[in-house]
Amino acid sequence: MSMLDLNTFNELKESAGADYIGELIDAFLDDAPNLFTQMKTALANKDAESFRRAAHSMKSNAATFGAMELSMLAKELEASGRENNLEIGNRLEIMEETFRQVESKLLALK
Amino acid sequence: MVTSLEPARLLVIDDNKVNRMVLSRNLEQQGHIVETAENGKEGLEKIRTQSFDLVLLDIEMPEMDGFQVLEACLNDISLRQIPIIMTSAMEELDAVVKCVELGAEDYLTKPVNPILLRARVNASLEKKRLRDEQRKLFRTFATKEVAEELLRTGFSLGGKHITGTVMFSDIRSFTTIVESQQPADTIELLNGYFGLMFEAINGNGGTVNQMVGDGLMAVFGAPIFHEDHCECAVRAALAMLEQLKVFNAQQFEKGKQQIKIGIGIASGEMIAGYIGTQNRATYTCIGDTVNLASRIENHTKVALRPLLIDLYTRKGLSDSYKFEDLGPILFKGKQQVVNIFSVTK
Repeated sequence: MSMLDLNTFNELKESAGADYIGELIDAFLDDAPNLFTQMKTALANKDAESFRRAAHSMKSNAATFGAMELSMLAKELEASGRENNLEIGNRLEIMEETFRQVESKLLALK
Repeated sequence: MVTSLEPARLLVIDDNKVNRMVLSRNLEQQGHIVETAENGKEGLEKIRTQSFDLVLLDIEMPEMDGFQVLEACLNDISLRQIPIIMTSAMEELDAVVKCVELGAEDYLTKPVNPILLRARVNASLEKKRLRDEQRKLFRTFATKEVAEELLRTGFSLGGKHITGTVMFSDIRSFTTIVESQQPADTIELLNGYFGLMFEAINGNGGTVNQMVGDGLMAVFGAPIFHEDHCECAVRAALAMLEQLKVFNAQQFEKGKQQIKIGIGIASGEMIAGYIGTQNRATYTCIGDTVNLASRIENHTKVALRPLLIDLYTRKGLSDSYKFEDLGPILFKGKQQVVNIFSVTK
């Protein structure tokens, strides 16, 4: 599973336009910290539904850019949330770390 | 590859900003005009207040989810014909199936492939365009309810027994009129006249079956049954006579031919259906009641009254009209006499 699938990314860049891809990347990177905050808050409040929704958004956005590994991690967290299981160990930290790697790759491609 | 003909107005409803941006961008590149909404409630508001050719609807959203928006649109007769394409993640296919069963036009999984997007959007827009054309065509031959009913059920040849009211109407001394003026004037006269007659008939729940020369035949209570088909027919007839006064006044001002008409109405059982072939058919009615109505209409020349009805129709009316009993008449080809009444407001 790749950190950033360039096929997917380039297809996105081509269809959205090289002049627009920067804005798309910004939208993703600006929103991501909010999603993480939402997930942490949800964990603290034992709010599985909020947690699930934020993971769902992350899964969707990651997949849009070709960040397949990040998307997969988010998908697992979404499933946990759906099953009302918030015992996720350190999976949120792992996802954050993965996100940081994706972020630097995207910034380089802007 | 067939491309869409002209820019369509599309609405993208999705709570995820990146999704909104990507979809909008793709659709704008494909030549459409795109609006967005962040949740179901905002989306539905926009659908109601603005005009869209197609909606792309995310399933999972706060405030009001895609399924609820879809339901609201399908339950609203003014929104029902807008094609809706659901967008969703692969894992939500169960929800997608529910939506398609409910009546969503199509679906796309996210992240959306731009080529699939173009294909599905264009297919839906084309279908809508054809449906709109069909609707327009039907409306030229039928009332709004009939048109919607036909669109909904399609139509099949074959007849069924119904109870309804049929009306025949003719222009008096039409042959003489035709001979006395230019063909172009005759056509203009007919079109002006028919326009008004259609309005009166359609406006009172009737369907015009046929126009033959200067004559028309209309039916009330079919294809969609109305309990008060007698009342509707008589109301339509009186409206036609009113319209005629206006028409004649206009003709007089233009120095053109004025006309008189005769209307005959009969009610009862008849066979209604599409007669013809799959390629060419008319919705029409046959039977004794129909023949009677035609004879009654003809009798207006003799009785010198513009509107005559039979007993069955008379019985189906409230007392708010003035009736003149013209007594029993024996029509050619009938064994029994028939009671005929003249009606005025």
